[in-house]
Amino acid sequence: MSDNNLKTPSKLEKILKAGHFAVTSECGPPRGSDLEAVAKKAELIKDHVDAINITDNQTSVCRMSSLAACIRLKTMGLEPVLQMVTRDRNRIALQSDILGAAAWDIHNILCLSGDHQSFGDSAAGQNVHDLDSMQLLQTVRRMRDESKFLGGDEIKRPPRMFAGAAANPFADPFEIRVNRLAKKVAAGAEFIQTQCIYNLDKFEEWMKGVVDRGLHEKTYIMAGLTPMKSAGMARYMKNRVPGMDVPDEVVKRLADTPKDKQAEEGIKICIESIQRLKEVEGVRGFHVMAIEWEEMVPEIVEKSGLHPRPEV
Amino acid sequence: MIVGEQKPLDEIWGMIKDHKKVLIFGCNTCVAVCQQGGNKEAEVMASMLRMRATQEGNGIEIIDSGIERQCEHEFFEKTEPMIQGVDAVLSTACGIGVQFMAEKYEIPIYPGLNTTFLGAVEQAGVFTEKCQACGQCILGETGGICPIARCAKRVLNGPCGGSTQGKCEINKDIECAWQLIVDRLKLLNRMERYEELTPIKDWSTDRAGGPRKLVREDLVENE
Repeated sequence: MSDNNLKTPSKLEKILKAGHFAVTSECGPPRGSDLEAVAKKAELIKDHVDAINITDNQTSVCRMSSLAACIRLKTMGLEPVLQMVTRDRNRIALQSDILGAAAWDIHNILCLSGDHQSFGDSAAGQNVHDLDSMQLLQTVRRMRDESKFLGGDEIKRPPRMFAGAAANPFADPFEIRVNRLAKKVAAGAEFIQTQCIYNLDKFEEWMKGVVDRGLHEKTYIMAGLTPMKSAGMARYMKNRVPGMDVPDEVVKRLADTPKDKQAEEGIKICIESIQRLKEVEGVRGFHVMAIEWEEMVPEIVEKSGLHPRPEV
Repeated sequence: MIVGEQKPLDEIWGMIKDHKKVLIFGCNTCVAVCQQGGNKEAEVMASMLRMRATQEGNGIEIIDSGIERQCEHEFFEKTEPMIQGVDAVLSTACGIGVQFMAEKYEIPIYPGLNTTFLGAVEQAGVFTEKCQACGQCILGETGGICPIARCAKRVLNGPCGGSTQGKCEINKDIECAWQLIVDRLKLLNRMERYEELTPIKDWSTDRAGGPRKLVREDLVENE
């Protein structure tokens, strides 16, 4: 990976290629049309992160579009990461929205397949999946690097997006999780934001496999973290959220803490995790997903020694 | 084969109750295997509907019969007079049989089943979906397991992040198709295939391309 050969105007790309740990966070758009809800969340975290992911109808619950919320961030002078799932749109709509985002100079995209619609408020709806997440990555890279639509025609003023993907080191089968990352890299993933990490031993085992294959030199891996608010949340994540690996000792540590101190303990666990993960070879940044708890991001970032954010 | 499931009796009754004479008409091939729409099931359904008619004091006449397949002209010959003598038919064939009959006869043809999927007989009484007839078979690349029919997100480069202990994120009773594919590729010593990216699919041979038709000129000419 050539660290000064920038492919896009993305600030996230600049920070990663300059060799800094990058820090991103995410905001979910509101279940309504109040753009100021997005601005308010972004205001809480903007001085502590390099870019802000805007989720795309996460858990299949219908919300304001990710693109509209990303545009609001642009009007605040902030750096959005447009999350885009393949569940709801076919290749025409996906490419069209990529161009719409490019028109507003949105320079980062995270390509996802999306949670199944049965988890959300539209279980009776169709899912599209004309493309999958890897094919969406290929689409973004083709549009950017070859200035071409999937249909082969030329794009005038092509998108200039830093292309990312998610990785879940904890899903099954574990033995192909490194191979699957290799596929995403081959499909064009320039950065990776991982699933929330609670089982650090397992994450480190995965990272070792990633490093052994040299994948950490082909893509920037950002470790995903979500602070726990309570022992109840830890149990819920452990038992109810697909693909989530929460070890018993994490649940126990929170459960052994008095109720009114559990949130504080959750933040402490998150900070300790970041400190440990900073030492893991191949980890190049952190994606802090404080779900409906954005106000805690500054403290986590500061206490993890990731503040102030670099100027690039 | 095509798997179907009987509609609730209330729904069926609602469709037929205003007719004078109705034929409950079985289809004795696919939907007979899952024991939902064969000639025997048509007979049972007819007697349940007669009971319903008695309960409701409705003078409707209900008869039953069936043929081998409702999707080919030649099987209809023997039952032709019977069909001509009723003012509606409740077909217990799949959606193909219902439509085939509707094209042949100028009376209402109602569906007695919900056509559910193309599947196999896993064991007695258990039927599972295996194919979605996408018109471009990739089973040669996926170890003989179809991610289009068997993955809830039809992910062509799976598994997604929701695969847990071999099960799909949407339901612990559903096997993760990509876990099965990985297991199978390992068994066949073809794991190198896993890292090949499955290209963007041409869905024009699928439903997306409009109703499909196969014409075998050689057979058409011989008729």
